[in-house]
Amino acid sequence: MNHRLAAEPGPDRAPHVVPLGVLLAVFAALIFLTCVTVWVAGIDLGEWNLFGALAIATVKAALVALYFMHLRYDSPFNALLFVTGLAFLALFLGLTLLDAVAYQPDIETFREAAKAR
Amino acid sequence: MTEPHAALAAQPADHPPHLAHHFDTLRQQFEAGKLGMWLFLVTEILFFGGLFCAYAVYRAIHPEIFVFAHHYLDKNLGAVNTAVLIFSSLTMAWAVRCAQLNQRRGLVACLAVTLVCAGVFLGVKYVEYSQKWQHGLLWAGWFKPVDEPGDPANAPSGEHGEQPRDVGIFFSIYFLMTGLHGLHVVGGMGVIAWILVLAARGRFSSQYYAPVDFTALYWHLVDLIWIFLFPLLYLIGP
Repeated sequence: MNHRLAAEPGPDRAPHVVPLGVLLAVFAALIFLTCVTVWVAGIDLGEWNLFGALAIATVKAALVALYFMHLRYDSPFNALLFVTGLAFLALFLGLTLLDAVAYQPDIETFREAAKAR
Repeated sequence: MTEPHAALAAQPADHPPHLAHHFDTLRQQFEAGKLGMWLFLVTEILFFGGLFCAYAVYRAIHPEIFVFAHHYLDKNLGAVNTAVLIFSSLTMAWAVRCAQLNQRRGLVACLAVTLVCAGVFLGVKYVEYSQKWQHGLLWAGWFKPVDEPGDPANAPSGEHGEQPRDVGIFFSIYFLMTGLHGLHVVGGMGVIAWILVLAARGRFSSQYYAPVDFTALYWHLVDLIWIFLFPLLYLIGP
């Protein structure tokens, strides 16, 4: 492994420099999407307000990760690590939300009893 | 692994000054450091994940609390802070570019601007926190809104419907999430200031800029978390 890395040819050794134009374009897109999310929040879409806001935030996060954090140009192993982290976060949130509402009736009964006392 | 000291044997003729003895090449050293940084960032995501989980559970159970309470937050201040943090992410990415291209003055300037932006972010956060404090908009049982008619920072309860039970839950989550994020900003400022001093002394070059790159990765993660906190806390509905 060490020797393979050490023996890697020239072009691969140079770090990838993100062009300034790309950095500025990503910045402009992020500011634009921030304006969009503030604007969309002003419209009553019911439940879709949440999903719209999260979708825009995910696109913004992807832009930051791919370009500012170099993941697009980086070793794929770093991206794999990041995505695995997100997968475990999804597992954590998903499994917890499965029965989050299940205890509500007990809490309500307790509150009613406390009020009656 | 058969000849771990092959690179060392070449010393001192062509041994780069920044290459630690247990690495064969600068590239290997850089990639190893970067992998470690990404592992740390993953633990950070899971660390914040606990609070995002609390948010998701309470919002699933009590959506009315979130719809009611988010009107107390100032959307404009939140949006300004989002823009400030995104701009600081740009200057941080620019700083890495400067380091890669041996642009010492550009690197120092970009790091200084990033540091100033972080300070502005915390300043705005201070204004928001002190408003919440003055109006009694605090966590859990300390949520005791002070009614001041005509004050936009303190929406009267009639305007957005009746005040639901346990509004303090929203502010517990708000202060924990923004507070933990704020601590990360403070920590980031410390590291950026340190990197700034080293950069001014000319410690970094296109051969050795790993500390700049890894600090930038951390700073972008702080930005990334705020990108989710902003809509989840400030933009819940119209």
